[in-house]
Amino acid sequence: MSDLTNLTLSDARQKLRNKDITAVELAEAHIDAMAQTKGLNAYILNTEEKAIKMAKASDAKLAKGEGGILEGIPVGVKDLFCTKDVRTTASSKILGDFTPTYESTVTANMWADGAVLLGKLNCDEFAMGSSNETSFFGAVVNPWQRQGDDAQLVPGGSSGGSASAVAARACIAATATDTGGSIRQPAAFTGTVGLKPTYGRCSRWGTVAFASSLDQAGPITRSVRDAAIMLESMASYDVKDSTSVNVAVPAYEKALTGDIKGLKIGIPKEFQVDGMPAEIQALWEQGIEWLKAAGAEIHQVSLPHTKYALPAYYIVAPAEASSNLARYDGVRYGLRVAGDNIDEQYSNSRAEGFGEEVQRRILIGTYVLSAGYYDAYYKKAQRVRTLIKQDFDKAYAKVDLMLTPTTPTAAFGIGENIGDPLTMYLNDIFTVSVNMAGLPGISIPAGISANGLPLGLQLIGKPFDEETLLRTADVMEQAANFTALPQLMAK
Amino acid sequence: MAIDQATVRKVANLARIRVSDEQVANLEGELNQILEFVEQLSEVNTDGVAPLTSAVEMTQPLRADVVNDGGYADQIVKNAPASDDGFFLVPKVIE
Repeated sequence: MSDLTNLTLSDARQKLRNKDITAVELAEAHIDAMAQTKGLNAYILNTEEKAIKMAKASDAKLAKGEGGILEGIPVGVKDLFCTKDVRTTASSKILGDFTPTYESTVTANMWADGAVLLGKLNCDEFAMGSSNETSFFGAVVNPWQRQGDDAQLVPGGSSGGSASAVAARACIAATATDTGGSIRQPAAFTGTVGLKPTYGRCSRWGTVAFASSLDQAGPITRSVRDAAIMLESMASYDVKDSTSVNVAVPAYEKALTGDIKGLKIGIPKEFQVDGMPAEIQALWEQGIEWLKAAGAEIHQVSLPHTKYALPAYYIVAPAEASSNLARYDGVRYGLRVAGDNIDEQYSNSRAEGFGEEVQRRILIGTYVLSAGYYDAYYKKAQRVRTLIKQDFDKAYAKVDLMLTPTTPTAAFGIGENIGDPLTMYLNDIFTVSVNMAGLPGISIPAGISANGLPLGLQLIGKPFDEETLLRTADVMEQAANFTALPQLMAK
Repeated sequence: MAIDQATVRKVANLARIRVSDEQVANLEGELNQILEFVEQLSEVNTDGVAPLTSAVEMTQPLRADVVNDGGYADQIVKNAPASDDGFFLVPKVIE
């Protein structure tokens, strides 16, 4: 592998500042890595000319000793973030060649800090999926393979392109979004770090909406330190998003002190689900040992409504999606399929523009919001959501953080679960309550499965306490010392 | 609360998604499977529990009631499949 594409963000930043390397060299190495890993289908748009231009501008700043916290760092952007004058599709046919005339707040923050755009990353259509198989642009391939088996595996989803590209060294870091696990689950499947911040930490303005009360942007990186640096850039208070919270953005990297002595870590007993594979259970116990060895206290906690988080999610998320996706009508942007009247034009455009999973979720959402069912489904789910949040509030009166596995299994094969929506939904069983309660969560690579695939552990934090979350994740990362590499990465 | 094919058609019409007969048959099964799964929420006693309105405790921000955006119709219609002079073009809606 190229020395340049194997650098972490923090190492690359140091080398750029020391003028050991230039931003253009770094961008060129990654453009080459993108070409080498084209078979992963992680990128759906290559912006290499723009990357070189941005890298040159970074070099000019760095030469003067100036530049932001991401100056000259080549990143990939999930194709859910609107990028000015750069095609944005949410991996859906219905957006066609939509080219925003504006920039999402998250990406605007990153460009202001000097990041370099390599391209737009594949994802599940409108972020609806757990395997990145629902994209109009085709499935993303996980750079990891099972031992002695070259079957193509999914990278997880919905931020599968982001996770695959970061793992394969086709970018240093990537933006992603998480509605029910879409940052943390793909991070676990690809041996990367995935951070979902507190709801309201990063602005949702200019990010294609899926379920507005759950959606949150965050980074996928190859180290906890890199996640801290990315979050510091991505997060901001934004008057253009009325759910953005006006809390100062800390210097997250400074939180990585390596000291978690006396920290109280909760182990939620309800995450001990029936039929959990022994290796996931063993990994979880290993995580507990690492934290104990670092001086943290372990406490059993109870989140009694855990088993209802996923069913409540599958009412709330489709309901909000059906409302958000009403805007795709073939009038203002994207695909238009003619009909005899305007209603037929709507129905034809939406039938041809949306894929199967998106249609399924819009229909479920429309049903649960329709007259006569609103109280029985939507309101009931929102009441259950209150109970889920209260469970966390009670637990956080006793502990600072919680530790759980990220996923119930390692990555599975492309095509293995796509025909069965419910089995697919179960992928998010450990991640979804975090979204329902609006909390921050992080997945770090913590071990290898019996068949050679990465497994992740998840830490869940208190609202707006990403600092404690990152500090603890950093300690666990050092203990785990995860050094395995995927088979299909750039050389 | 199982749904039948007539309900699938009704919901598809509300959502403005054209569905074929074959799709209706498949969707009937798939949607019922999902509804059966979410049915377990009925086990939860939610008497006196208020529905969650915001995942994070905050007061809704207010802004001054003034026009502070706009004046770029050309950008708004830039991605439209059909537009004319700053307006979206649609099939005739008034008979």
